[in-house]
Amino acid sequence: MSETIVSLRNVVKHYTRGKQDVPVLDGLNLDIAKGEFVALMGPSGSGKTTLLNLIGGLDSPTSGEITVAGERLDRMSSGQLARWRARHVGFVFQFYNLMPMLNALRNVELPLLLTHLSASQRAANALAALTLVGIADRAKHKPGELSGGQAQRVAIARALVADATLLVCDEPTGDLDRKSADEILHLLQILNREHGKTIVIVTHDPKAAEFGSRSLHMDKGALLDAGTLAA
Amino acid sequence: MKYLPLIWANLWRKKTRTIFTLLSVAVAFLLYGALATLDYAFENPSAGVTGVDKLITTNKFSITLLLPFSDVQDIAAVPGVAVVTWLTWFGAYYQESKNFVFAVPIDTATYFDLHKDEFVVSDAQMAAFRNNRSGALVNSALMKKFGWHVGEKLPLHSTIWTQKSDGSLNWTFDIVGTFDAKDPTQASQQSSTVLFHYELFDEGRSFGKGQVGWFEERVVDPSQSPQISQKIDALFANSPNETKTQPAKDFAMSFLKQIGDVGFVLRAILGAVFFTLLFLTGNTMMQSVRERTPELAVLKTLGFSDAKVLGLVIGESLLLCVLAAVVGLAASYALIPVVHSVLQGVDLSHGEQPAGLGVAVLLAILVGTPPALRAMRLNVVDALMEKR
Repeated sequence: MSETIVSLRNVVKHYTRGKQDVPVLDGLNLDIAKGEFVALMGPSGSGKTTLLNLIGGLDSPTSGEITVAGERLDRMSSGQLARWRARHVGFVFQFYNLMPMLNALRNVELPLLLTHLSASQRAANALAALTLVGIADRAKHKPGELSGGQAQRVAIARALVADATLLVCDEPTGDLDRKSADEILHLLQILNREHGKTIVIVTHDPKAAEFGSRSLHMDKGALLDAGTLAA
Repeated sequence: MKYLPLIWANLWRKKTRTIFTLLSVAVAFLLYGALATLDYAFENPSAGVTGVDKLITTNKFSITLLLPFSDVQDIAAVPGVAVVTWLTWFGAYYQESKNFVFAVPIDTATYFDLHKDEFVVSDAQMAAFRNNRSGALVNSALMKKFGWHVGEKLPLHSTIWTQKSDGSLNWTFDIVGTFDAKDPTQASQQSSTVLFHYELFDEGRSFGKGQVGWFEERVVDPSQSPQISQKIDALFANSPNETKTQPAKDFAMSFLKQIGDVGFVLRAILGAVFFTLLFLTGNTMMQSVRERTPELAVLKTLGFSDAKVLGLVIGESLLLCVLAAVVGLAASYALIPVVHSVLQGVDLSHGEQPAGLGVAVLLAILVGTPPALRAMRLNVVDALMEKR
């Protein structure tokens, strides 16, 4: 049996909006094995992004246990979580979230600023990541000079460059046309299959979910059925 | 240093705004450099104005009030006083009021005895000056400035003293010689000086005859100056013309302060400039950080700690303020010779510019801290939700 990389036990998450307590996740349990490509689906407000944020160490649960890559995230302070994210997780967002004033190479280099690598090593690693996602020829271009698909490839390179164990992707194809979306999903599939990256994506797109090895459906803060898709 | 490219890129995110902010900060530091230099000059009048062995006696209440010439005998009799001379403010200009000339009536014998180490005059020209009651010795730099020549008439306009003969404020002297400062550091002090005979002045003026503006004394032992000052002032205590005797250096400062507390005015202007700058730059920084909320959230997502994000914003503020300050202070440094040519007789120091960098760092921290704290406290999840 594959090693479990993500484990959630009785996870509860409430948000406070004004004086109101808003429950989002209610006693959620989930295991994700190392090397899985999990597609998380569900209607808006079902708690997908909240779950993704908890797995990625961006947020802490109200209660429950979250273990990712062997470490208990629910016990970490915000500073510890920041250091943990830098070592273990790569994030890919719907709107790419690249720094508009930095070129592609500099954007990809950003996570490496938190390491002890030299400037030349950082540049070499960033270029290698851009090469891996097939966009090395646009290394000197700024985000505004790239198409949506190209920008998302740069964002994926940024997520990969520090050799993250886990990639969490929030609607990575939500802002792309079908062709670009398929290319990005195909790229993620290669990273999963050939480079062993564990990937969790949130998507509304059933076609996107088909690229994953497992799809999970959420509604009203709970996981519904869990299915395994043919690889 | 590895964060510098990121900080630099952030700084130039809105080029126009950054350029205008840089310009306003640079102009403020140009003003700072110029005004702080002047302030220093007024607070620290050149130690070379006169030596430590010289005292100056003025009216106790104001240097604009005159003293009786007869006091000179009493002052000269004070033990420890080697020489006494007397002078009066003539307030002259050449042709136009902007052409200030420090024309001063002197008693030739005592004045050159007291200031014997300060002037270089040829023997022939000194003799010509002694022998000509309407003669004037003019600083060679002033001669050059106005294109005067020895042998020419020198018409000067006094702002105070009318002539007894015709009630006119115009006085005419014969240029009989030139002088230079023996000590090059005093050259600027003497660069607008014209010396002429006290007898001519005293006899020619329509009022104030027998009165002088102030006395200057040289003491035998400089360490006795405080005691001698007290003795001189004691001579005239409770008289209609009480005196105030002080070292020449202090007198120079109080003389400058006749036009008001220059230092206070300069510091008030600087205070107003920096108070305005604080809000202007602070607002710009705050706006800049507010616009970049999603980007800062992304940095945190990538693993940048709260402290690192705080440091990046403070670093940006430092880069902005120090860069602009260097430009402004360099410009003020370059302007010193120009200011000096306008304010002749005031020694200007270059020492205030480095201190300006300290002010720039303080300003950067003050304006950078509020937006940096905001960035540090940013909740990643909320900020990313805004982006969505």
